[in-house]
Amino acid sequence: MTRKALLRSLVYLSLLLACAVVLLPLLAVFLTSLKTSGEISRGSGALTLPHDWLNYHNYVTAFRAGKMLRAFWNTAFILVFSIGGTVLIGSMAAFAIDRFRFRLRRLVVALFLVGSLVPSVTTQVATFKIVDSFGMFDSRWAPIVLYMGTDIVSIYIFLQFIRGIPISLDEAARIDGANSFTIYWRIILPLLKPAIATVVIIKGITVYNDFYIPFLYMPSENLGTISTSLFRFKGPFGAHWEDISAGAILVMVPTLVVFLFLQRFIYNGFTRGATK
Amino acid sequence: MTRARVWRTVTPWLYLAVPLALLVTFTCIPVGNMIRDSFTDWDGVSPDRNYVGTRNYVELFTRPELFQVFFVSIYYLVASVVQIVLALYFATVLSFDVRFRNLFKGILFFPYLINGVAIGLVFLYFFQPHGTLDTVLGAFGVHGHHSWLGSGRVANTSLAGVSVWRFMGLNFVLFLGAIQSIPGELYEASELDGANRWQQFRHIIAPGIKPVLSLSAILAISGSLSAFEIPFIMTNGAAGTQTFVIQTVKLAFEFNKMGLASAAAVALLVIILLVTWLQRIVVPDERNDLV
Repeated sequence: MTRKALLRSLVYLSLLLACAVVLLPLLAVFLTSLKTSGEISRGSGALTLPHDWLNYHNYVTAFRAGKMLRAFWNTAFILVFSIGGTVLIGSMAAFAIDRFRFRLRRLVVALFLVGSLVPSVTTQVATFKIVDSFGMFDSRWAPIVLYMGTDIVSIYIFLQFIRGIPISLDEAARIDGANSFTIYWRIILPLLKPAIATVVIIKGITVYNDFYIPFLYMPSENLGTISTSLFRFKGPFGAHWEDISAGAILVMVPTLVVFLFLQRFIYNGFTRGATK
Repeated sequence: MTRARVWRTVTPWLYLAVPLALLVTFTCIPVGNMIRDSFTDWDGVSPDRNYVGTRNYVELFTRPELFQVFFVSIYYLVASVVQIVLALYFATVLSFDVRFRNLFKGILFFPYLINGVAIGLVFLYFFQPHGTLDTVLGAFGVHGHHSWLGSGRVANTSLAGVSVWRFMGLNFVLFLGAIQSIPGELYEASELDGANRWQQFRHIIAPGIKPVLSLSAILAISGSLSAFEIPFIMTNGAAGTQTFVIQTVKLAFEFNKMGLASAAAVALLVIILLVTWLQRIVVPDERNDLV
């Protein structure tokens, strides 16, 4: 074997090893989710195959006892409102900053810039009291407002895009008698579609996966989101790994489906979101 | 002033009203309150709070059981170095012509998208005595069961390992994107000049990804200081795995020590801002961002 071929096989070996490291923990949970509690207590090991590949009982248990339907509904509710709000707020802020020259503009920009540097984990201690004082504690509006209000990255993404839209379009519309709201709603917003797609994807995945905010702000059992319901499910089912595994898989499946269908957008979205 | 002029001055503020109100309410005011509370002995409930000077800060940096969380973040910091090196390696390898490239890319990135609680549960199972890890090790002849989440050193290493598993994909995709935006002619030219792979990496790839690399460095530092989800879900901070954020949340919401918790949060904020500022000095951004 030449040196080059050897090097090449080492590269493939490292890639296969990395894939094994990524997939093994997931595979183990998947296999366990299809086993009966009897199979597990017999101690057949985590990576043995289940007897019955179509044993969906654990999924039923996880779905019912884990209140997953409720959780999916709560998460969907929060997703729709916070994403819609973020898109509107972000695009409006970007529109005002990029298309108008007004006094204190630099101050506003600086405020957003500094805001984007403040990591929200650190401020929750104080934010909590404010949310509480609005009477939003333990309601779905707390996370919605927080997701909308503390997302400055999406303002950046919109700003970048809005700069690429020629001002001559605005001017042409203005000559035709359009006011600024018509310009925003009819011209800018439709042209921002790629930016909107980016924001929807990043925001959607972040909100779907977030644990910290719903955990702090929505302690009620019937206000569980995907994350908090799965977390609470772990408690009473502590030793029933077949049920917990099914719950974990249930939560992962939507992510996997979205990833498979929107791969390209997701890569682009995260690259853009993180570097801004 | 004519009506049209008034209208023109007001219009931008109409668009900015909601975003600014949210920014002020949920970022500016909390930061202000936090700084104020950090100098008091407030318990978070009672209406009165006494000014105590810098006592909270002194306590934070002198009481060993509070200070201990900084040692825990060292595990995560080391893990992020490992994570960046691995990401850099896989991004470089996959930027060349490799079969099944997209499949590899997808598999390496996917963990980043998975729900944190699900990851926590997956790895609780993975690290169980007689669990997945022990089974795999057994297949390679390493028998016996280990308590991977049992005590300080081993537990923190396991948890930091999970964080590498989870976040490596993001670094990898960022690096890959940066490498692929380097024009292909550069490689061809260097090949003509007889450069090998290492020289290509050293002189073409490395300078091309410098901005993303410095960004990853900040994310690594702030991420390791604010590690929360994985240790909270998997061990709840038991057995010496308490991180800075877990401790802060517990101080604030379990022990009602709002003053001390605020001081901790302010300290974390200052450290993160300092790191960001340092990065801006070390690697200045050529693209003038907003203004």
